[in-house]
Amino acid sequence: MADAPSGNADNNTAEAFLQGGSLRHAPGPYFGNYGGRWMPESLIAALDELEETFNKAKDDPDFRAQIADLNKNYSGRPSLLTEAKRFSQHAGGVRVFLKREDLNHTGSHKINNVLGQALLAKRMGKTRIIAETGAGQHGVASATAAALMGLECVVYMGAEDCRRQALNVARMELLGAKVVPVTSGSQTLKDAINDALRDWVANVANTHYLLGTAAGAHPFPAMVRYFHEVIGEEARAQILEQEGRLPDAVCACIGGGSNAIGIFHGFLDDPSVKIYGFEAGGDGVETGRHAATITLGKPGVLHGARSYLMQDDDGQTIESHSISAGLDYPGVGPEHSYLSDIGRVSYEPITDSEAMESFRLLCRTEGIIPAIESSHALAGAIKVGQRLAAEDPAAAADKIIIVNLSGRGDKDVATAAEWFDLLDKNSAESEIGKEGEQL
Amino acid sequence: MTSKSAAAIDRARSQGRSALIGYLPAGYPSVEETIAAGIALAENGADLIEIGIPYSDPVMDGQVIQAATTEALAKGFHVRQVFDVVAGITSKTDAAVLVMTYWNPVVRMGVDEFSRRLAEAGGAGLITPDLIPDEAAEWMEASDKYGLDRVFLVAPSSTPERMQRTVDASRGFVYAVSIMGVTGARTSVSTAAKDVVAAAHGAGAERVCVGLGVSTADQVREIAAYAEGVIVGTALVAALRDGGVDAVGALTKDLSTGLARESGLTQGTGA
Repeated sequence: MADAPSGNADNNTAEAFLQGGSLRHAPGPYFGNYGGRWMPESLIAALDELEETFNKAKDDPDFRAQIADLNKNYSGRPSLLTEAKRFSQHAGGVRVFLKREDLNHTGSHKINNVLGQALLAKRMGKTRIIAETGAGQHGVASATAAALMGLECVVYMGAEDCRRQALNVARMELLGAKVVPVTSGSQTLKDAINDALRDWVANVANTHYLLGTAAGAHPFPAMVRYFHEVIGEEARAQILEQEGRLPDAVCACIGGGSNAIGIFHGFLDDPSVKIYGFEAGGDGVETGRHAATITLGKPGVLHGARSYLMQDDDGQTIESHSISAGLDYPGVGPEHSYLSDIGRVSYEPITDSEAMESFRLLCRTEGIIPAIESSHALAGAIKVGQRLAAEDPAAAADKIIIVNLSGRGDKDVATAAEWFDLLDKNSAESEIGKEGEQL
Repeated sequence: MTSKSAAAIDRARSQGRSALIGYLPAGYPSVEETIAAGIALAENGADLIEIGIPYSDPVMDGQVIQAATTEALAKGFHVRQVFDVVAGITSKTDAAVLVMTYWNPVVRMGVDEFSRRLAEAGGAGLITPDLIPDEAAEWMEASDKYGLDRVFLVAPSSTPERMQRTVDASRGFVYAVSIMGVTGARTSVSTAAKDVVAAAHGAGAERVCVGLGVSTADQVREIAAYAEGVIVGTALVAALRDGGVDAVGALTKDLSTGLARESGLTQGTGA
């Protein structure tokens, strides 16, 4: 397993950690050599305003009480920590626990971030939020927060994604948002971010850009992590309460990396806990059709931050590929790049096939339909569990892995039905599935 | 340190007018035609030429320039060809030729290597729409080493502190963004432009050029009254798209009629 530090490790911080320093609450703008603000000057004032508002808010008891109230009474937190006993038998016999972000309102971890940022938008006196979305999960979450707080909401979504995810477009519109199909560039998530940034430059006076992941220009990576830290804090407290000890490993899937940084944060300073991030390996990293940004990318700047990036020899962004729309992004949050370089977190690719096998396995062993994104973390946990068991077979049954089950898979049923050939060839659903649409 | 951009702007000033800066994307519709269009720009009144590097994620560009750069990339444009374009124009004209680029292609080639090759091609410097002085340590060093101009942007939203910092970091001229938005022709020039230029002058900038949304001789005239240079992009790209190199020359000639800064002086009457 390749978990040795490489590249641009910030050795001072890495050594500080090894000597007992803290990796938690990294404030940005830089995480080692990553992060920063590679942004047009026109937007710097807005980023400054956001940073200042965020810094004041997180020290404000009223704001924290608002977040706590929304988390409890709107999102349904704390989310459960469920032991997956039958699934565990396929993971080398170690004990696997699932952090159930799939049980949150709107069905994924995304709600944590959108509620926090929508509150900040209101604090800044902004009346309009804009967001990018790939398959529609962050768009739906943003539209939800906007509806709850009475904000205008515009969601940018690749034209092809709009077609494939027609029902998520309908969801957003039901919630009162306007969905703008993006026809520029490659018409995918990264182009949706580009168009959202163009909108933001023109409308920054009344508009907050509600970025959906822990990437982008400072303060977004640190701020989005802050709103997701609740995942790791809950998971750590829950495993201590339920089992009286820390886990041996924590696993999460990584696209931009917001659910992962949220759960990782709780365990970064626990040296005994190994941490794994699983990237989308698509058809296999050797095929070039993947989204394994840290595994195969090179440092560069995109969408405001320096981080690992899928790019060609000219520095042009390469299209990513994954069966999971939520992981299909050629960049990654800067804190992940840093955690990889210093060797604190191991990042590995999981192919579409491996993810889909784990998807079905969780359905059949636990009665839980996971998001395809989260299925990458499940497939990774199987590998980690088998390694732990191979290292010390006698102790396998005492090992504990926590997997962040970042979302539920209702949205993925059509994709899965097509993948597993479950649909009657002549059914309407089969026709929909062929087009990659969601039911 | 001598600045090719400053010298070109000062030449225009000595003729009693503002400088005209024309933008063209490299490789659109081909490398050869970019060079030909660049020469046409210079021969018809442009003092500085801004050559854009087509990039996969041009967040500061509107639809016309996006369409052009997307086409250039689809035809197989490579970043290294920008040096051919710069050399092709500087070998045939006296115009100062800057490269406008999003930052990642420079990072990928290496800031020092990119700078060395740009200087070798006769380039004047870089205009960097997504690089702010705060992140520019490597570029500051390389631009000093190779004698290149570093043109940073200031915007209507820039605070006095940021204005000062950006003006201090710039060399050649300061690029004043006329409006909160992306590139693209607009029917009127925002009143914000004049305020941005005044603020840049107030921070000590000797040469401030205004860009974004400028497409007609009347707009050029309006801006020339208060700025040392006027930048035109989208309108030239549209002319190239619709009428080829000749149309670029004709539009440049028309735009340049708006450059006079003082009554009684018309462009080209000499210093």
